Amino acid sequence: MTLRAEAHAPATEPSSRVRRFGRTDRWVHRTTAALMGICVATAACLYIPEFAELVGRRQLVVRIHELAGVALPVPVLFGLFSRGFRVNLGFLNRFGPHDRVWVRGALLRDKRRSARPADKFNAGQKIYANWIAGASLVMLGTGLMMWFTHLTPIMWRTSATFVHDWLALTIGIVLGGHIGMALGDPEARAGLRTGKVSREWAKREHPLWKP
Amino acid sequence: MNPEPTESPEEEQEAQGRPIGRRVLLGTLGLGALGVVSAPVLQKGMDGFLGAVSGKDPTGLTGLLPNGGGFRYYSVTASVPNRNAQNYRLTVDGLVDRPATYTLADLRAMPQTRLVKDVQCVTGWRVPGTPFEGVRLSRLLDAAGVRAKAGAVRFTCFDGAYTESLTLDQARRSDILVALRMQDKPLGHDHGGPVRLYVAPMYFYKSAKWLSGITVTEDVKPGYWEDRGYDVDAWVGKSNGRDDDPTS
Repeated sequence: MTLRAEAHAPATEPSSRVRRFGRTDRWVHRTTAALMGICVATAACLYIPEFAELVGRRQLVVRIHELAGVALPVPVLFGLFSRGFRVNLGFLNRFGPHDRVWVRGALLRDKRRSARPADKFNAGQKIYANWIAGASLVMLGTGLMMWFTHLTPIMWRTSATFVHDWLALTIGIVLGGHIGMALGDPEARAGLRTGKVSREWAKREHPLWKP
Repeated sequence: MNPEPTESPEEEQEAQGRPIGRRVLLGTLGLGALGVVSAPVLQKGMDGFLGAVSGKDPTGLTGLLPNGGGFRYYSVTASVPNRNAQNYRLTVDGLVDRPATYTLADLRAMPQTRLVKDVQCVTGWRVPGTPFEGVRLSRLLDAAGVRAKAGAVRFTCFDGAYTESLTLDQARRSDILVALRMQDKPLGHDHGGPVRLYVAPMYFYKSAKWLSGITVTEDVKPGYWEDRGYDVDAWVGKSNGRDDDPTS
């Protein structure tokens, strides 16, 4: 990590690293990622025949999946106690005129830096964060309908299963994109690991962000 | 948590812009709710489309899609032993005059019945026109000589956990088989081979896989999934709160 950072900016001093995420932000991300990982892994063992044959134990796998799913929103709820975390949620919520430019640039595959203006989070990150939050809540709602079948008319269970199945597939693909982009940007990963990023990276990737 | 003073440039920035993020979140929630409401219609269309496509899909990728027109593997235990022509045995006992044990060869030597009907799972997936072939359950019951006070039949499986049951009247229907073949091939292990129950008119959880025991009893005792909330009389379209088209 440090080697890579030095390759970008040989003169990087500790002071030229800027603070991007607080401790709460990082722990919320870590625990949410772990819970989401459990949800995806157990889902694979329930849906994909090859994994289902390998693992069996259907009731146990279902129980782990249910518990991880219900726990998924908990880290974010805890994060709300932190002012820094709430400020970041504010950034993810608010879209400025430059975000429209970013979206257009992304749709036209325009890779020039001027086509991708961004503040602390770019428009893609904002849309992803809000979509995955909404999608997770839909998964939670439909999941609860499948779990506690006596709470809703049983007819709804089939409908809930249908939405749960297709949204699971969609989340799998989008989550793959999220992880793929993180793998392609070591400095972004360092930001979530250590809380700090190089000033040069911040200028390049988030020119409108004033840390 | 945040060491920066309140007047930091970050927080000044935060207040600007329109709250589109919140709208994306709420919009996703709304679409999810709309999806639940319109699922019956969407599912019918999707099943029809995928059922047609998966028949012509050499990659098999459509099988991975939800309701992608294929069977799904469910096992309630960690592992299921393999049984073959050498060590497979089916016992018939309980309230009968002539308890019996059948080998796979015994069952194959008996008259076979072939049925081609849809398979409907209670979780929603349906596989159209699936051939099953085997010995009518009523034939095995008649051979054993069911006693007068009998009222039900209980099925046990060599996975060691799964059980099922039918009333005697249900068990005597002509569309209930002790199946040896599926899709015109010998039943493979993953589909419950070498021998499974096939209850054509009911949801597929009634069609117990890895069948190893048939016991005639006085009363119906709920099976594995029925202890966990499913209906005992699992007629397709008339139970479990579902309205699928009947399969038989």
